[in-house]
Amino acid sequence: MSGKSRSADGGWPWLFVLPTFLGVLVFYLWPLVKTLYDSFTETGPFGGSTWVGAANYSQLVGDTEVYRAILNTVVYTAIVLLGIPLAVLFASLLNRPNLRFAMLYRTLFFLPYVAMPTAISLVWRIIYNGDYGVLNQALGVIGIDGPSWITQEWFALVAVALLGLWLSIGFNMVVLSAGLKSIPGELYEAASLDGAGAVQQFRAITVPLLTPSIFFLSVITTIAGFQLFDQLFALLGPVNPVMPKTQSLVFLFYEAAFVSNERGYAAAVAVLILLVVGLLTLFQFRFQRRWVNYGQ
Amino acid sequence: MASKPDRRLGSNRIAHVVLILGSLVMMFPFLWQVKMAFSSQAEIQSIPPDLLPSKLQWSNFSEVFQRLPFLDQFWVSVAVTAGRTVGQLVLCSMAGYAFARMSFRFKGVMLALILSILMVPSQVYLIPQYQIIQQLGWLNSIQGIVAPGIFSAFGTFLMMQFFRSIPVELEEAAKLDGCNPWQAFWRVVLPVAKPGLISLAIITVLASWADLLWPLVVTSAPEEMPLAVGMATLSGYQGQISPGVMMAAALMAMAPVLILFVILQRRVVEGIAFSGLK
Repeated sequence: MSGKSRSADGGWPWLFVLPTFLGVLVFYLWPLVKTLYDSFTETGPFGGSTWVGAANYSQLVGDTEVYRAILNTVVYTAIVLLGIPLAVLFASLLNRPNLRFAMLYRTLFFLPYVAMPTAISLVWRIIYNGDYGVLNQALGVIGIDGPSWITQEWFALVAVALLGLWLSIGFNMVVLSAGLKSIPGELYEAASLDGAGAVQQFRAITVPLLTPSIFFLSVITTIAGFQLFDQLFALLGPVNPVMPKTQSLVFLFYEAAFVSNERGYAAAVAVLILLVVGLLTLFQFRFQRRWVNYGQ
Repeated sequence: MASKPDRRLGSNRIAHVVLILGSLVMMFPFLWQVKMAFSSQAEIQSIPPDLLPSKLQWSNFSEVFQRLPFLDQFWVSVAVTAGRTVGQLVLCSMAGYAFARMSFRFKGVMLALILSILMVPSQVYLIPQYQIIQQLGWLNSIQGIVAPGIFSAFGTFLMMQFFRSIPVELEEAAKLDGCNPWQAFWRVVLPVAKPGLISLAIITVLASWADLLWPLVVTSAPEEMPLAVGMATLSGYQGQISPGVMMAAALMAMAPVLILFVILQRRVVEGIAFSGLK
């Protein structure tokens, strides 16, 4: 770095770098290229593959399941995004100066994030149970006849999304707390002296100065939404009859690749996921200038 | 308002009310899970629900070991988590160190290639990775589950950033003492890099313990699966084992990471915040 010649370290760097570089080459870069290639091929019954041009992509464009999976993902993501305003509320309360038990609250809110998602999904599966689940029994108390959450179209998707929201709050709060700590306390003091109330301070100081964290979280949440798989698989179960109407793009990919063995088509779905995630990231980064306050 | 100028969103009393309500919702599934793990099937399915089991059903826990390959899966999870974590700590810190401190040909290209995979969703690699593991004859094996996960662009990036933040004088002193770069790295640099290594270890342990898609794809025999996959396929046992047994299994499956979190919580939260990503 600092004025050294290129060969200053001799052969040593290769010893440090090559294990990782070769591993990434074999297990990531080559698979990336291979998936792009495979998306233009079709797997034969005996494992060989033949070039089929853009056939997989035209199948993709005509596949109603793909559109449904995208719609499901959008609905799922929209619901999980509601976790961000909730987390803003909780995190700003949690970061009030001199709040007792702040550490305890933080632990409790963060627990879902460290629990094994597939294990906690089993718990939610019973909570959501249509016959004896505690959720429907609670709804019954206020006179609502709850649906069969795990097996009914749309309700199953909402059930998965509420689980996703619950799982995400703790992580959101950690990111937001870091943002809150960087807001100088004098701003609040000055606002108080000017007679601004708590809600006014929240709207005029906390929220605007948190926008970088909020923006970061919405990008992460949206990208994670388009990679929905674990909660869907574990909460609903892979052979659930409601799955074709509730599945995500990744579940569609998984089924094509490893259940029905349409590797070429699965590769095309994977490329679609890559494109959607890439476009979303790009869009969000271009859009951020309008509503993110990076200045001090 | 003379006494209290700082009024960030309401009084502390209101804050406590909201936070207690919020944490109750966050905690409820865990509390309900513990309750169900000690309940009989009839109690779990009773309407209205019983708030506490009439008598603790310890048999739910022993049934987990009798009727499910829980112990096998537990050891697979331990081995996979240990393998991935140790592998990433060694490989990522070595590569991160070289990118932070050394100069060599193709450095920029290699770094760009490694970092380029950060933005790519994991599904894009999955089929070829599976085919590689299949050709190595590693399906249904620990090394098959571990192999791709010991190489990490994210870990390399994290360690590179960390090494950039520590002063270079230590290594220069070590070199003056006659250490070669390999010795300097292991004896002098790594001990100083402990906070970065701990962050990376925590993130990797949490991710490996929870990982579903990859191990689901490369294992088919129940006793070769890690717990995360075992739990995900447990819904298929419905009707054969009681929900109380499932809850006991789920409780034991998540217990190790929950205990780890409660012990190390400050470090875990800092590690997650530092990484900003899973």
